[in-house]
Amino acid sequence: MNFIQKLMLSLIAATAVPGIAQAQEAMTLDQQVNQVFAAVTGPFVSLIFAPIPSTSFPWIVMWLVVAATIFTLYFSFVQFRFFGHAISLVKGDYSDPNDAGEVSHFQALATALSGTVGLGNIAGVAVAVGIGGPGATFWMILAGLLGMASKFTECTLGVKYRNEYEDGTVSGGPMYYISKGFKELGLPGGKFLAVVFSIFCILGALGGGNMFQANQAHAQISGIVGDYPGWITGIVFAVVVFSVIVGGIKSIANVTEKVVPFMGLLYVGAALIILLINYDKIGWAFGQIFGGAFTGLGVAGGFVGALIQGFKRAAFSNEAGVGSAAIAHSAVRTKEPITEGFVSLLEPLIDTVVICTMTALVITISQQLIVDPATGLYVLNEAGSSIATVGDVSGVALTSAAFGSAISWFPYVLAIAVILFAFSTMISWSYYGLKSWTYLFGEGKNSELTFKSIFCVFIVIGAAANLGPVIDFSDAAIFAMAVVNIFCLYFLMKLVKKELISYASRLQSGEIRKFKH
Amino acid sequence: MTTKLIVGLDGHGSGERAVAHAKKLAELIGDCELVVVYVVEWSPYSFQTAEENAQRHKRREEEISTAMSRVVDPAVKSLHEAGIKATGRVRHGDVASILMDISEEEGAAQIIVSRSSEGGFAKRLFGSATSNLVMHAKVPVTVVS
Repeated sequence: MNFIQKLMLSLIAATAVPGIAQAQEAMTLDQQVNQVFAAVTGPFVSLIFAPIPSTSFPWIVMWLVVAATIFTLYFSFVQFRFFGHAISLVKGDYSDPNDAGEVSHFQALATALSGTVGLGNIAGVAVAVGIGGPGATFWMILAGLLGMASKFTECTLGVKYRNEYEDGTVSGGPMYYISKGFKELGLPGGKFLAVVFSIFCILGALGGGNMFQANQAHAQISGIVGDYPGWITGIVFAVVVFSVIVGGIKSIANVTEKVVPFMGLLYVGAALIILLINYDKIGWAFGQIFGGAFTGLGVAGGFVGALIQGFKRAAFSNEAGVGSAAIAHSAVRTKEPITEGFVSLLEPLIDTVVICTMTALVITISQQLIVDPATGLYVLNEAGSSIATVGDVSGVALTSAAFGSAISWFPYVLAIAVILFAFSTMISWSYYGLKSWTYLFGEGKNSELTFKSIFCVFIVIGAAANLGPVIDFSDAAIFAMAVVNIFCLYFLMKLVKKELISYASRLQSGEIRKFKH
Repeated sequence: MTTKLIVGLDGHGSGERAVAHAKKLAELIGDCELVVVYVVEWSPYSFQTAEENAQRHKRREEEISTAMSRVVDPAVKSLHEAGIKATGRVRHGDVASILMDISEEEGAAQIIVSRSSEGGFAKRLFGSATSNLVMHAKVPVTVVS
């Protein structure tokens, strides 16, 4: 909380105190917001992304990948063994018809996906490929496949240790499984860790779940209608989000919830069409992806650069190990918590292995990244920080250019998709943040209103700030959640193992079987 | 053997006509039991926000108790008053398939529904609950106009 207060104070100081405003006369409001924001969030970002001593590898990326690998091994490749079972569960084969009307596996998965599928898949991948080259895609896919095991672990716990209140509503997520699970195991410090997680979750909700979304939505809109101040987009978004989460205007949320899956299908469909048009280059593109994965093909940081970018963007996109999905999945109606774990492992697959890979392939195939014809290596931009692109663009603008090179009108569709994805991700994360907030400060109208108002203020800040500081802070906040969550998952994973063994044997013996529908 | 009849209600005036017709049939049959059913339209494949999911169980209970007290219980009561055996059910799902399922579970001789008032695009695309029922049910269906 200290951090938020500091940031709010700095903002008030920067915008309201006339002395400072005069001294910075030459700067626009957007620039001021940006400068203050970068200064305030800098130390936090540096800590999270600190490299492992004497390497350039951020320890946090290692932390996520090592965890995903450990969960994969500990549960003996659960993501492959139970993949078919997960599909049956989503189809409803194992759902009791008498539970009709409750939250189904499909609905819990769809809700969680609408929180993760979004800008990470469109803009985040473009950032990864722009800096790390096509080779980043390989590491992204690998991280996605491993991440399925992390997601399985946290979502099983999310359902198992959720709170079910007398009025029939539920609250779940890492803060609940950390405090209850540690208590069950007789370990100290559960409550403390749950509180720390909640603080980071609130920051993550304000960062990746909010500012990054607002920022990229603004970039997309201004890319089409021409440049204008970001705070204008911010205020429009803030008003709409406010009317949904505070005003309870369900119709807006309902429309989004219905249009977003359609947009997702449209996006994948368009990507497939572009790949089909360029089918002769698909082999070459995979060559770039595999070649770049191990050599870097001249990108900044070489092969390690590709690896870091791939892992980072995968984690940011599918949120495996972060703990956010456990909040969304915990509302499902099931007698077996582990079934939701199986269902949730489909999430990184759809999000990262399918959708992110599509984006990366389209960017690679459309040849937006400039290659030196003499050496076959990628050409770096002037700053040397990322690969030079045809239109000198990055983030969502790069994806837009890549799709636009094949389907000229697609950037307009993409703009609408980005705005809707941004919006639905904000709505989802406002809920994750809210659950953490109420865990810390108690449920109640005033407490909820306070958080929702802060959330809307951050939309304006996010839209006004530059991409660099926003993306850094967003990543840092979300990864900070993973620090606490994964640390606790190491202690709690044996509880999941017990569930897995019991469930697997009952499935084998036929005690758990499909219902006739 | 007792003859069982299923009566599907839609919560509108037309449902009352179905009950009235079922009452008439029951009196003619004599040894007859009516199962009054109200279906809350619901699909496990719809999209909801996280907040709606968290409140779903509570909403479902509310939907069931509202449907019971406003639609099903009054119908069952009026049948009891007429000296006819009757029970009531509220289920979530697709109207036609729920009515078919219950008719099979109960070994019912007939399903009685009223002509539904829904219309427009959805009806053209998927057909109304009534027409789906008439086409697919394994027992005779009476549609009361």
